[in-house]
Amino acid sequence: MNDKIISLICGIIFGIGLVISGMTNPEKVIGFLSITHNWDASLIFVMGGAIITAGPFFYFLKNKELSALGDKINLPIKQNIDKKLIIGSSLFGIGWGLVGLCPGPAISALATFDPITLVFLISMAAGVLVKKNTIK
Amino acid sequence: MNSFTPFSALLGGVIIGLSVVFYFYMTGRLAGISGIFENAITKASQRLSNLAFLLGLVIGPLIYFNFIASSAPVVFNITHSYLLIIPGGFLVGFGTRLGGGCTSGHGICGIGRLSTSSIIATGIFVAIGMLTVAVLQQFGIYL
Repeated sequence: MNDKIISLICGIIFGIGLVISGMTNPEKVIGFLSITHNWDASLIFVMGGAIITAGPFFYFLKNKELSALGDKINLPIKQNIDKKLIIGSSLFGIGWGLVGLCPGPAISALATFDPITLVFLISMAAGVLVKKNTIK
Repeated sequence: MNSFTPFSALLGGVIIGLSVVFYFYMTGRLAGISGIFENAITKASQRLSNLAFLLGLVIGPLIYFNFIASSAPVVFNITHSYLLIIPGGFLVGFGTRLGGGCTSGHGICGIGRLSTSSIIATGIFVAIGMLTVAVLQQFGIYL
């Protein structure tokens, strides 16, 4: 199997997980971020479930050099805890709080064929491109 | 108005975790969505593969609603005005790439690998997200 088919399958599984988990519902996400008012803690279980599932596999696979498809394993180099990380994550937090969509659910939201999801996605792409072209 | 749904949340999380693991095992790459999105729109290498993943993210919910769920629950309920959607989308795109990851890249892959920087990044975006919602609520937006 080639990596395009694998990517497609993984995207489909990921997308189904997102819908079942509630992450694709901005109201649900805002409920999680609304810690001072009617807090809905459900989304802790999404991240918790994903980390508990993936964590042990990452641990056992960490010394592998080649993937099953024979590609070199491409893990990010250790990232510094610097201004970029802190400011970038803060800006992302503001955007996440404003709308209740992070990148995965924003893309899955296209499944509704609601034009407003396309507006969000185009704005997100603009943010990615501005960052890419202004900050190295 | 917000109902607590720990079981569906946990099930969805486990499914997302399996996708992340399978993707890593097969391709050797981490399933950080903001990174895949950036590469899909800016890099020629592996573009089709990245686009295939993003296409899967759209097909997954369609499969779920048409073949798995008996009734479509309320999801994707975006009711905000463009005044929030446009700057919100921009900040999500800009911020995730400046910070090197989003909920999946830092929150799942990074924490799953016990990366200190990802744990800090996740703590920051969750905390700032909460602060943002609290401020909006003070101004009478949302509730």
